[in-house]
Parts: sequence; C-alpha cells; structure tokens
Amino acid sequence: MFVELNELLNASPERPEQGKLTLLRDTKTDGSFLVHHFLSFYLKAGCKVCFVALLQSFSHYNIIAQKLGVSLTAAKERGQLVFLEGLKSCFDVLFGEEQHVGQTNPLRFVSEDGSNLKTMYEFVRTSLMASGSDSWKCPVLLVDDLSVLLSLGVRPVDVLDFIHYCRVAVCSQLKGNIVVLVHSNDDSEDEENELVVNSLCHQSNLILWAEGLATGFCKDVHGQLKIIQKGSSELKAERNLLRIYQYKIQDKNVTFFARGMSAAVL
Amino acid sequence: MAALATGGGTPSDGATSFQRKVPASSRLAAIAGTRPSVRHGQLLLSSGLPSLDCVLGGGLAVGTLLLIEEDKYGIYSNLLFKYFLAEGIVCGHNLFVASAKEDPADILKELPAPLFDDVHKNQVDEKETAIKSKQESQESMKIAWRYQNLPRIEVSPAASARFGHYYDGSKMVSPELLQSTKWHRFFLPEEKSLHPEIKTCNMTCGYTRLLQSIQRIIYQEGFDGSYPQKKQKNILRIGIQSLGSVLWGDDICCADNPEDIYSLTKFLYVLRGLLRMSLSACIITVPAHLIQNKAIMERVTNLSDTVVGLESFIGSERETNPLYKDYQGLIHVHQIPRLNSLICDVSGTKDLAFRLKRKLFTIERLHLPPDLSDTVSRSSKQDLAESTKLLSSGCGAMAIGKKHLDF
Repeated sequence: MFVELNELLNASPERPEQGKLTLLRDTKTDGSFLVHHFLSFYLKAGCKVCFVALLQSFSHYNIIAQKLGVSLTAAKERGQLVFLEGLKSCFDVLFGEEQHVGQTNPLRFVSEDGSNLKTMYEFVRTSLMASGSDSWKCPVLLVDDLSVLLSLGVRPVDVLDFIHYCRVAVCSQLKGNIVVLVHSNDDSEDEENELVVNSLCHQSNLILWAEGLATGFCKDVHGQLKIIQKGSSELKAERNLLRIYQYKIQDKNVTFFARGMSAAVL
Repeated sequence: MAALATGGGTPSDGATSFQRKVPASSRLAAIAGTRPSVRHGQLLLSSGLPSLDCVLGGGLAVGTLLLIEEDKYGIYSNLLFKYFLAEGIVCGHNLFVASAKEDPADILKELPAPLFDDVHKNQVDEKETAIKSKQESQESMKIAWRYQNLPRIEVSPAASARFGHYYDGSKMVSPELLQSTKWHRFFLPEEKSLHPEIKTCNMTCGYTRLLQSIQRIIYQEGFDGSYPQKKQKNILRIGIQSLGSVLWGDDICCADNPEDIYSLTKFLYVLRGLLRMSLSACIITVPAHLIQNKAIMERVTNLSDTVVGLESFIGSERETNPLYKDYQGLIHVHQIPRLNSLICDVSGTKDLAFRLKRKLFTIERLHLPPDLSDTVSRSSKQDLAESTKLLSSGCGAMAIGKKHLDF
C-alpha cells in the first residue's frame, strides 16, 4: 500500500471502513497501481479478500505485492485471499474436459450464449461468506477490471446487476467493501462502457480517478489523481468533496503531490 | 513458463507465467534469442527490428501480444510481420503462421535474409558513441563502411549484438535456413475444407478454429510446460496476419453495425490466456483503419499488451511535404505493458518515424529539417507551422497557434 495515498484518503489498515463501494477509474493512462494499493492495504488490514482478476496472471500481482510487502501465496494458503484468475478459468471453460468444468466455473458465460453472471456472483458470495473458524475482519471484493466483461459479450445491464447483487451481499449483509476498476474516456465511442461507468459513479462512495496529463507525456509527473468523496448523507444533500493531486510512480511506491509541486520543478 | 521456476510443476498448479527469475539462472539463458529484462527479470524477445526493440523498452516480453495497426495499404505492417518471423528463424524458435489470404508457405519463402557480419558487429560495441554525430547519408560509404549498418536510434550499451539482427530486404531467406526451422501453419480456406465440422462456440468460426489450432500446438509441443524433462525449451512465435478482416469471416471491417462485435475481443481474451501460460509471443496485424466502430478498437487495445500503429504517407498530402522527405511514415506507440512492475520502460521520444532505405527499415526520432531557405518569407513559415501542428497530434493537445512569431 502507498503510505501517502493512505494519508490522503485518511484511511489506515487498523480501522478499515465498512460497507463502501470504491470506484477506480482511469482515463488515458493505466490505473492498475490503485488496484495493487487496495489489494495490499486490505490484506495488511486483516480483511478477507476475494480478488476477481480478469486481465493478468496471478504471478504478476504476486510479484508486485511482494514489493509492497505482502505475499499473495501466503495469504492464499492461510485462507485470507480467494483469487479468481479469469484467464485460466476461461481457458478451462473452453478447452477443459467436460466433466471437470462442472457447473460452477465462474466464467461459464463465455462459452454459453448468455451474458449471465450468476455463477460469478455465487462464487463471490460463497468465498466471502464467513465460516466459523475465520477471524478476519470485514470481507472485501476487488475486481480488475470490469470493462473486460463488456468485451466478452456481457450486456451492460447484466454487469450492473452483478454489481448490485454484490453490493447487497457484500456491503449490506456482510458489512464489507467493494473496489472496482473500470476504464473510461471522455471522448470514447464505447457507449456501453460509459453507461456502466456513469452508473457506478452515482452508486459509489469514493471515486479515485487517474488521468493522464492533458498536456501530454511527462517523465516526472505520470498523471493526475482526482479523489471524489461523496457526501455522507443524501438527505442533507452535502456536496461531494473533490481533491486533485498529481502523482509519480516509482518502483515500490507512488508519490503524491499538489499540482505543480513536482519535485522536478521545485 | 510454468515449469521454469518451479522445476516441473504440474500445469494445473496455478503457476502461470511471469515468475521472478534469478538473473544468474543458467536455465533461462539456455533459450536462444532471449535475454532477461534489466528491470524485472522478464524474458525478452527481439521483435526483429533493433530500433523497435529500443522503443518497446528492450524487446517484446515472452507471453505477451504485439498488436500492429496496419497502415492504409498494409505494406509496412507486412514488413514488421515478416521481420518478427525472420527473427524467429534466425534464433531457432518455432513458428506458427496463420493467415486467411496468403498461404503460410509463401509467406515464409518471402522472409528477408539476415545480414551476418560478425566482425562488424564487434566494432559496433566499441565505436557506438562515435556514431551519434554522423551526418552522412545512407548511401554506401567508401571510407567509413564499417558504420554502414548501424542503428540510428540510441541503443543501450548493454544490448548484446546477438539479440536482434538486421535483415536485408532485397534478399530472400535461404531455403536451407527454412528447412531447419520447425514451423506450423494455419491457412483458413484449407482448414475449412479439411475439417468442415467443428464444435460450436459463439465466436466467428474462423477464430474458433484458430484458437483450437494454437492450443493444440502449444499442448502437443509442450510450450506450456506439459513435458518438463522432455527436451530443450524453445519459444513459439505466433504470427497472425490481418485479423479482423473480412476473410476471417468477421464483418467488423465492412459494416457500420456489425452483427457480432464480440468475436474479435473474445478471441483476444482467450489468446491472452494461452500466451500467458506458455512460452510464446504473438504478433497480430489488424486493419484498424477499416474498423468503423471505434469502440471495438478501444476494447482491442485494452486487451492487448503492446500496441503500435503505423501511418504511412503513401497517398496522403504528407508524401510531398518537405518536412517528411526522408521518411515513409510515422509510428505511434499506443500502449506498452507494465508487467510484474508498477512502471514500464517508456522511451521519452513520442515522435517516431520510420524509413525504408534499400536494405534497412529503421525507426527514428522525427527531426524537423533546418529552415535554410534564403528568403525567409512569411508564407513558407506558415506552411511549416501548419506541418508542425500535424506533428503534435501524437502527444496530446498542444496549443500551436497559426501565427508564426518572429522574435
């Protein structure tokens, strides 16, 4: 986890928040460093994490997590982390033996004609359900990333249904958190994606939006992060809190600074 | 990749690619034509063009996909495709060539021949720094002939001369070299006649056949670590030509509202899974300029690792523009993957152009030629200002006004 980001969000591993939906959004840049931050943050906080990794392999996350001080293999062994490797499950669905695949593979929808994410939801629910011997704090669902589901033929309505079911199960019933990564673009022509992203923006409590700089590539400032915190009570119609910082990604850390205050400039 | 670090772990173990490698491991260096990356120990392959390797941060990582957005007539993307395969032949890798329009045997016969000059390669390492300031043209040099085939773009001093070769575009690869290469073919019209019935999957059937063929080769030849003790490890270079074009049975290139917009993206997703779990690398050329639905190209970009777009000047007004007289086109690097690391080796140069002289295809930083005209008239400067506005399209919105300021 990135210490500076924790300070900006006023979050600490000792007392993780509960019942929140956090949306990670990226535009014209790669926002996956935020996913790595939240993964190591919640593992260090002692929460039970279900990670739906649709785009990269397990060892990719493992190597980066080790740089951030967490071992994913150890977390898997002690039952703190349930890792769904999307690429491997998809391969099993399409090329695996019929009897081994069974009915419970979460990515079954790829081979069937439907865009039914029910099996994936069941997988998430069963893995985060508290079993008797567990001593973990609140459960967390992490999804990287949701835009891939649209590429696989799932309709936007079904994606939103899936998130809704997960919110009911994880946020309200189990008092846990959900963190989701989506890609978006201001002038994107992908209307389905924009529909999903806009809808999630309205539902989420915290939005972290990583954007590339409007002026183009820069070696010292890799992008700009917008932190939008929704007002805590809808009845009082409180305003959203918007803060903007710029960041630079290093090998094991990400430094955040106010706009224009990059170390290279000062 | 599965067996390398764990010493023969079973494929169902969950040990897929991108394990951290200890740099001194002798088992890794045993695979010809690869080298570990400096940053994260990832195995890198050469793409066939040393200047493209520099732009991509050292080379193409094993287990990743290089997507080339074709230029308008497909001439230069075809060249890059051939260089990738030719590099595989020279390094002794296995090849898998898939095409829907050309017979793979014909593609292989037309690959460029490698330029072997061991003596001159040693000179490269010594005299590299002296080269950067040379201004001579690319015509054959009478005095400094040893410098003739050197790369123009900066090559890191650690780059060994055995990683990445130069190819002579005018000569074809020798049949003996072809004979010694093990290669597999996929020619869509032939597959349709050989196996008319296949298990249905809701993808365009050309893509389904191709995936099954690739998976079969990877499994049978052991590229996914299924036979750890059997033989020397090797890399499988997969080349797929013009994916998404009409010949594959997909209508995204010819219809404004295609019937099935998910076939190509599903194919790329499954291919990504196949690549990540095996010792292979893939190059795909896509006729992006024909795809009307830009949403598909955005999704395709997100599902690929490295994306390079080619823009040739043929037929456009830039062909006669004096700014571009030395170059044949521009190269846009849209995406470079971040593997096993939070950062990637991005080159600082965003304006890249390529030129194809008699034998060599090189990628260089685009330089504006000096304005040496005697009459520095306002009209000629206006033209240059317009042209520089076109240049800046590569790196985001830069505000360049129409007026040329005289200081």
